[in-house]
Amino acid sequence: MTDVFQNRRYVIQYVVVAVVIVYVLRLFQLQVLSKNYQQLARNNVLREVTVFAPRGLIYDRKGKLIVDNQNEYDLWVVPSQVQAFDTAAFCSLIGISDSLLRLTLKKAAAYSRFKPSLLLKGISVEKYAAIQEELYLFPGFFGQVRTVRAYPHQGAAHLLGYIGEVSQSQIEQGGGYYRMGDYIGISGLEQFYENELRGRKGSRFVLVDVHNREQGAFAGGSFDTAAIPGYNLLTTLDMDLQLYGELLMKNKVGSIVAIEPATGEVLALVSSPAYDPSLLTGMERTRHFRQLASDSLRPLFVRPLKAAYPPGSTFKPAVALAAMQLGSITPRTGYSCAGAYSVGSLSVACHHAGYVADVQTAIQYSCNSYFCHIFRKTIDDSRFNQTAEGLDQWKKVMDALGIGRRTGIDLPNEGYGYVPGSDYYDKIYGKKRWNSVTIVSLGIGQGELGMTPLQMANLMAAIANGGYWITPHVVRSVQESGTGKPIKTARHIVDLDTNHLSVIREGLFRVVEAGTGRGVRIPGITLAGKTGTAENPHGRDHSLFVGFAPLHQPRIAIAVVVENAGWGASYAAPIASLMVEKYLTDTISHTRKYLEQRMLEANLLP
Amino acid sequence: MTYYVSRRPNQGIDWLLIGLVVTLMVIGVLAVFSSGAADGHFRLLDLTQMHGRQLLWMLVSLVVAGVIVLVDSKVYTVFAYAVYGVMMVLLLLVFVFGVTVRGDTNWLVLGPVRMQPSEFAKFATALALAKLMGSQNFNIRSLRQQLLALAILGLPAVLVLLQGDAGSAIVFASYALVMYRFGLSAGYLLAVVLLVALSLLTVVMDPTLLVLILFALGALVLIAVRKNRALLLTGAVALLLSVGYVFASGYVFEHMLEPHQQDRIRVLLGQEAAARDADYNVRQSKIAIGSGGFWGKGFLNGTLTRYNFVPEQSTDFIFCTIGEEFGFWGSTLLLLLFLALILRILFIAQRQRSRFSMIYAYCVASVLFFHLFINIGMTIGLMPVIGIPLPFISYGGSSLLSFTILVFILVKLDGDRLAILR
Ligand SMILES: [Zn+2]
Repeated sequence: MTDVFQNRRYVIQYVVVAVVIVYVLRLFQLQVLSKNYQQLARNNVLREVTVFAPRGLIYDRKGKLIVDNQNEYDLWVVPSQVQAFDTAAFCSLIGISDSLLRLTLKKAAAYSRFKPSLLLKGISVEKYAAIQEELYLFPGFFGQVRTVRAYPHQGAAHLLGYIGEVSQSQIEQGGGYYRMGDYIGISGLEQFYENELRGRKGSRFVLVDVHNREQGAFAGGSFDTAAIPGYNLLTTLDMDLQLYGELLMKNKVGSIVAIEPATGEVLALVSSPAYDPSLLTGMERTRHFRQLASDSLRPLFVRPLKAAYPPGSTFKPAVALAAMQLGSITPRTGYSCAGAYSVGSLSVACHHAGYVADVQTAIQYSCNSYFCHIFRKTIDDSRFNQTAEGLDQWKKVMDALGIGRRTGIDLPNEGYGYVPGSDYYDKIYGKKRWNSVTIVSLGIGQGELGMTPLQMANLMAAIANGGYWITPHVVRSVQESGTGKPIKTARHIVDLDTNHLSVIREGLFRVVEAGTGRGVRIPGITLAGKTGTAENPHGRDHSLFVGFAPLHQPRIAIAVVVENAGWGASYAAPIASLMVEKYLTDTISHTRKYLEQRMLEANLLP
Repeated sequence: MTYYVSRRPNQGIDWLLIGLVVTLMVIGVLAVFSSGAADGHFRLLDLTQMHGRQLLWMLVSLVVAGVIVLVDSKVYTVFAYAVYGVMMVLLLLVFVFGVTVRGDTNWLVLGPVRMQPSEFAKFATALALAKLMGSQNFNIRSLRQQLLALAILGLPAVLVLLQGDAGSAIVFASYALVMYRFGLSAGYLLAVVLLVALSLLTVVMDPTLLVLILFALGALVLIAVRKNRALLLTGAVALLLSVGYVFASGYVFEHMLEPHQQDRIRVLLGQEAAARDADYNVRQSKIAIGSGGFWGKGFLNGTLTRYNFVPEQSTDFIFCTIGEEFGFWGSTLLLLLFLALILRILFIAQRQRSRFSMIYAYCVASVLFFHLFINIGMTIGLMPVIGIPLPFISYGGSSLLSFTILVFILVKLDGDRLAILR
């Protein structure tokens, strides 16, 4: 036989030998040189199964449980293990549609045949109990427990916040703690105190096969670490007052903030419209969230912290304080009101007319002319080189009073509000192209001012305290295994003359006793306060009230904003007075029941 | 009938070859036992267990092997085309009566016996190819003959591919090596290798890296053939064409389609899940093999393979069990056994006097080599995941029987090499 391609037999032999040599070298690399694979192998046999830590519980100031935990189940599927099954029975068992089941299974199979995919999450314990009984009929499906929030009371949703699955960026920023599918606080206390609340995940080492079937604990569980539950939060919230506030604000848009002046403790923080916090747990969470997010009244918007309103007349005490503090007036400075404040072409109307003897009286009658006058007097004071400098000095006092800055409350995303300085007007009008007349409306709390309800209440706390305020806070202590770790709070001393403050307090008391707020006098309680109306270019004015009670040794400072409700005396003042009465006496006196009734029934929704 | 029965069957039998094959079979049964037995009690002929069935198949295969040796070797040359024809009919029958097992619709069920005609098509094709190329007037340089040979390989390949078993289809490309051995221009072989490699690699590899590797390999080839102008030119053109092919397929997919369209196409082709699972299999496989270390964990002590960590571990990924339990020395020994087997067959091929026997021997060597190359390469992460078995080791009656038939026809042809002068 002639074989002209004799040499090719060697080529083929060489190729075979070469391949075997390469493979042996590769095996040497995998099995002898690389230590990685041996380590990975251990990881794989001993799968580390995460044990989720229950989040810390949250209590109100009286020890009432307001955020609890409960178990819920997620249903998973491993496509390679699924056998032919009665889809109709399965669908009715777990309560999803046939088409959704098909779609989810298709997606799961497209993801991986061997790794589990999430089929349905947030199944309640009751529902899962029923499902579990029949789940053995459907191989490839299994349930996994996890802890979610439960709310004994349907209130304080904005303040408590909610939890949800971590996002990719949160995983990256979490320092390796979070893994896909973990829960994290997304807003409110849940977000702010995430590190305290989340606890520490534990782990169990189990022998598992590739189908996620556990083959038993490793080394009798001696390598396991227990999950450490999160710390409990003892808050300063008065849940009864909070719920009462939410009730009063029903069918209204606005905020209530109540603070204990001496301690800065937040007693209530109402944002209306409110929503039931349990809407954002469980199976329908996503749907509910979408509903809330698309609501035109923006129920997810935390108004007390973020909404900035022109404070209107409620700002007048601050204007008077600044004027006295900067030495431009004394408590006894008088001014004759002609029913309007007119300079050149500008005229600010006043509901009141006549001689205003002093600061106290000016506050009592909320005389616009008086405050326009003293505001201009302050910033035009000859001690300042120019009005711009005067305005900036004035702004500094406002800053000390907690206006136009964050108070530092222990809740996320607090708003700043806004107090304009000279740079602001320089930008709008040009340097030296504006004067005190241009910006006189600041004197009566209108114009470019913005204050959050929290800042309004905090201002009242500072006045009630007689010259200092303590960072408002919601959490009194973090309970670390029984021992309460108190929260550090800063005491902000406002360098004010106590004499000036007592003048303001007396003025505020007279407002309710005999001024614009006399409709909301509470028998037996010395309520001091100030009504206000915030001009609203988009619709009806906002009704405002700020105040504190009792006059001596005050126990509550409060701010109420009711959007599109007109005069301050019409809604905000009554609601504030009811809150104060409820907090101080735990009841509403029968002479004021009609007022309570009117407030509860009022529907001011657009 | 007597005509077809070998008169002295014992004569000229290559016992070394048979010894190697039986050794591999025994290793296979043990490996299947180890990969399937989580509970560890061993009953030899337990047909409910995989190892029991594998053992039964081994015995059946050996009986069939004996029959093959008893039959006159003339039968294989005379009926080569007939056997090929029958197998093609069986392959066609799969389209009508096919049963789906583990996602592949390539099974035929005859009473208690299930078989995969795609496995048996391998030796049938080898017979037909040997018959065609062994005939006196066959000229590899003739285009007509080339097309005929291509048709013999292409028919089963296409039928198997249509059954959704791309891995088995690719196996038929291994016969290109045989055609190369007997005179097909090296360019053709290179083209086949390149085309198979590129189509596989574009799916599983970063195109940029692929192009770099192509250039590196191309440069080496071009340097090697730098003295031959024609080859140099052909090589350069081939290199440019392949780079172009990679870029074109990659570019169209990556740049002309929106991401969601890409996803849709991947999902449509079942590629998304397939790719992720393949990735997963290879990772688990490498872990299992790597965890064996130098000495291995010992027989039945492979924690990974015993707890089903590697999917398909008793079939396509059987090498993991050996890698984990017997470590580097065991894996190397197995590779050397296969090397010895293939080299022995190549040696046997060279001593044949009949052209048919010689070509058939090369077919056997090529198919075995191709399976070894792909299967072990995939378990150690050097080859893409293509579901073909490791000869004599992987669990599965059809493949075990078909490889046995493949080899023992050669044993018989070799045994008669002195008696028959054709
Ligand atoms: Zn007036």
